[in-house]
Order: sequence, then C-alpha cells, then structure tokens
Amino acid sequence: MARVLLLAEHDGNTLSVSTARSLRCAADLGDVDVAVFGDNTETVAGMAAALEGAGRVLRIDRPENARPVAAIIAPQLAELAADYDVVLAPSSTYGKDILPRTAATLGVPQISDIMEIVDSRTFRRPVYAGNVITTVRVPEGCTIVGTVRIASFAAAGERASPAPVESVVLDTDVPSHTTWVGLEASGGDRPDLQSASRVVAGGRGLGSEENFEMIFRLADRLGAAVGASRAAVDAGYVPNDMQVGQTGKIIAPDLYIAVGISGAIQHMTGIKDAGVIVAINRDAEAPIFEAADIGLVGDLFQLLPELEKALEG
Amino acid sequence: MKILVGIKRVIDYNVRVQINRDGTDVVKEGVKMSINPFDEIAVEQALRLREAGVAEEVVVVSIGPGAAQQQLRTALAMGADRATLVETEAEVQPLAAARALLKLVESEDPGMVLLGKQAIDDDANQVGQMLAAMWDKPQATFISGLEVSGDTARAVREVDAGLETIQVSLPAVITVDLRLNEPRFVKMPDIMKAKRKPLETIGLDSLGIEMPPQLENLGCQPPPARTGGTKVDSVADLVAALKDKGVL
Repeated sequence: MARVLLLAEHDGNTLSVSTARSLRCAADLGDVDVAVFGDNTETVAGMAAALEGAGRVLRIDRPENARPVAAIIAPQLAELAADYDVVLAPSSTYGKDILPRTAATLGVPQISDIMEIVDSRTFRRPVYAGNVITTVRVPEGCTIVGTVRIASFAAAGERASPAPVESVVLDTDVPSHTTWVGLEASGGDRPDLQSASRVVAGGRGLGSEENFEMIFRLADRLGAAVGASRAAVDAGYVPNDMQVGQTGKIIAPDLYIAVGISGAIQHMTGIKDAGVIVAINRDAEAPIFEAADIGLVGDLFQLLPELEKALEG
Repeated sequence: MKILVGIKRVIDYNVRVQINRDGTDVVKEGVKMSINPFDEIAVEQALRLREAGVAEEVVVVSIGPGAAQQQLRTALAMGADRATLVETEAEVQPLAAARALLKLVESEDPGMVLLGKQAIDDDANQVGQMLAAMWDKPQATFISGLEVSGDTARAVREVDAGLETIQVSLPAVITVDLRLNEPRFVKMPDIMKAKRKPLETIGLDSLGIEMPPQLENLGCQPPPARTGGTKVDSVADLVAALKDKGVL
C-alpha cells in the first residue's frame, strides 16, 4: 500500500469539512496519515482521528503554526513528505496556498483539483473553467502531490474507535518574513457557504441590495447558506465572498436554490456537483433551466414570499 | 523598486473551447488568444504602483511561443516599460515556468513579482507559490487589496473564510484575484508607442534551467453533462417535489 499524507484544514477549533472530503480521496490511494499544523491542535486532531480512513493523526504543534501562513507550513510539510508516496491537501484556498510551495521544494509537479482517481498515478482534473476534463499521469519516481477538488468527494464517515494521535517535533527552519494580521469572516451566524448542505443564491434578477434581503430570509427559513452570482456581486448587492462560480466558490450542497440567476457557464461550473438544483427565474429560456432538476418559471417577487409562507407550514 | 509581472498567452476568456478530434487537447488554431485575465490585473496593479511612485519600472515577461509577443505588446501598450519573452514551443507546466521565472528574477532583481493567481487554461494556481518557494521569499496569494509602504506590503487575501490580511517583507511574490482592480483599456496612440518599446526574446534552452518532471497528458474529455429535470407550475408543486426528493 502507498503511504499517503493528508494536510488537514482547520481554524483552530473545528476541522474543516474539506478535510473529511479529501480524506475520502486519500484513503482510496493508500494508508493515510493526517497532518494537523497549529499551536494547540488537540481538539482538531481528535476530530481528525474520528474520521474513517485516518490511519494516524500527526500533530505538529509549535507557536509559529498558530496561523495558516503558507511560507511557514509548506517547508514543514515538505520535510514530513520524505516518508510518503503521496501528499494531498484540500483544494481550498488553504491547500492551494500551501501545497504548490511544498511541491516546488520537493521538485515535483502538482496535480490541482483531483476530481477522480483513475489508477495509483493517474488522475482526472478540470481545466478551462470545468469545460474540459483532462487525464494526467504522474511520472514514475515522483512523489504524487495534489490538491483534492472538495466537491467531487463525499465526506468520510466516522470511525468506530479513534485513530492514534501522535505528536511530531519538526525542527524545520521557518521564515519570519510573513505576519498574519487578521481575518474578517463573512456570513455571520449563517452556515458557511463552502460546506453548507443547503444554499440559496440570488442573481441580478433581485434588482437591488434591499431586495436581496428576500434571499437571506428564505435562507434563514431553510437553515441555508447564502450565495450569489457574479452579476449580483458586480452589481454590488452582496460582498464578493458570497460569489458562487468558477471565479468564486465551487460548492456541492444537497440542495441549491438559484433565484433570478440566468446560469452563465461561469456560474454553473460552481454548482455542477450539487445534489438537487432548483431554479426560479422569470425567463423560461434561461440556461439555468437546462441544468436544474426542478424549475419554476415566474416572477420571483411573487414566488419568494409564497415559498417562504409554504415553508412555514 | 522594479516590478516584474508574468503574463501568459491563453485562449480568450470569451471563446467556447472545443476538444480536438483525437481528444488529445483543445482546439487552439484559429482561436482568439489574449493575456490571461488574472495576469492583466497584475499588469494593471504594477502600473498603478508605478503611477503612485512606489515603483520606477514595470517589466513584463512571458514564457511561451513566439506569438506571445502579441500579448507582451499589449502589456507594453497598457504602459509597461519593457518586455522579455522566454520562447519555447514546448508545453511549459507550472514548475518549469516557475524555474524559468526564477532565472529572470535572479537577473532582474525585482522588489516585487506580480502574477495572476491562476491561468484560465490549465487552472493550476501554482506558479506564484512555486516561485516564492524556490526564491525563498514571502508569498501573498489571491489578493484583492494591496498597500506598499517602504519595504513591506500589506495584502488582503480572498480566502474561503472571508478576507484575510497579511503583511510580508519585500521582495515578495504576489498573486492577484479578480477583484483587485479593473484593467485599463488600451488606446490607439499607446499601441503605436508600444511598438517602439524594448521587447527581448530569449530561448528557454538558453536560460540553463534544469527541466523538471512534468505531468503526462493522457487526453481530454467533456465534463459529465447535467441534464435538466422537470418544470413545476407552482410553489406548492415545488415544495412537493423537494419533499419527494428528500431534501426538505
């Protein structure tokens, strides 16, 4: 069996669902050790140890690892990688920031956005904004380094009993040239857009920032996260971290309700792996209906209040 | 400070890409080519930093076929001072591109390297991070805000959790996201002027880099199609259909 190292993503308190999804991919390639970098990773390491497919969990605790700084974590990951055949990370902004830096240090190419494993060295990945899928093989002799497209894999389940957790001490030299200053979190109390099981998204059809409130209300009724099309973001209705699509977030909720969104390719790339797609749009010819599982043609300003009311009951 | 900006020649963002007949690649002949949109934003940012007095010189570089001179000329018309093309007809994957850029960085000694966060053809999102690793310098990736003061830069990064701010010492590699700025339009007189700006071409072979291993391409295919389902006539039918599918 190949030895696989998976970089865990977390915020210090909670393990990101991207880790559980990447683990599903990693476990198909071999025996997986999950590496957790932080300053006190006891809690999140415990969460990782509870996931099916985790063989061991490695805690790399040191003060410098308190924040997700790529220039600090990447060289440590490269040092750990020496004992592995495969090194994976979620294809989130966290993994995308760190892993290429590790790959360059190892002198090997990286496969970005693994969506399917063909065989132990061969993978499928999207290019051209998801409009083309390419198959690539990693040359013999290279450590396989890749990011896992989160939307393509279901989250790993729970283990019956937790995997062993070990502390690893690395004396890798880490630079001091980068200072983490702060994070302005988005979304407030609503579920995180990237990992929510339900998402309600609005487009230009909403017409204004005030009208976009209707999307928030429906989302709160459903316990859903809120997303938006690029057109709605560009029009200034909502901040850009809510954008769903190739240039925004690529998501895979169980339920996606698109309201007043026409369905440009750019947007559809971001929701291809959603479970059920619902489209509500005035224009019966809108491309969103070509991909929606359930379509409702009509005036959203009439339909949304009706829907909200129907969900009350 | 000198700023080095990397740009890539790619199929234009508005072209609907087609897979070729033998499924080995996408059709590139007779297709409109442009500067990778993220790289265009990097060029714009470099020009703004020069206009604000932070930088004195903006050098654009590209690695690719001879025809990439067109994209370098466009960057010169936007306002870059000079350009270098590292010419090769071979496929250059991110690690090789980063090694070539490192050679140029070593000879140009810039205070900042600006790149797009990814190219819209291979969507790899790797070159900036790889260059930063091999150059042993900080990186600020996916940025939507940038302030330079003295020899440090403060960057706002678009991360999944929101907007993250980091501070890096210069020189650094900075990769830009879509919302950092809106690139300027190029005017006719600037296109004429750009023809007289220096554009140097050097062969990739003459850089003397060790070509790294590359991924082997085994072919292309269209993505699995998502077929549309049914249309319902009312909110009541919608709710019923959602319950039927078990998502409510």
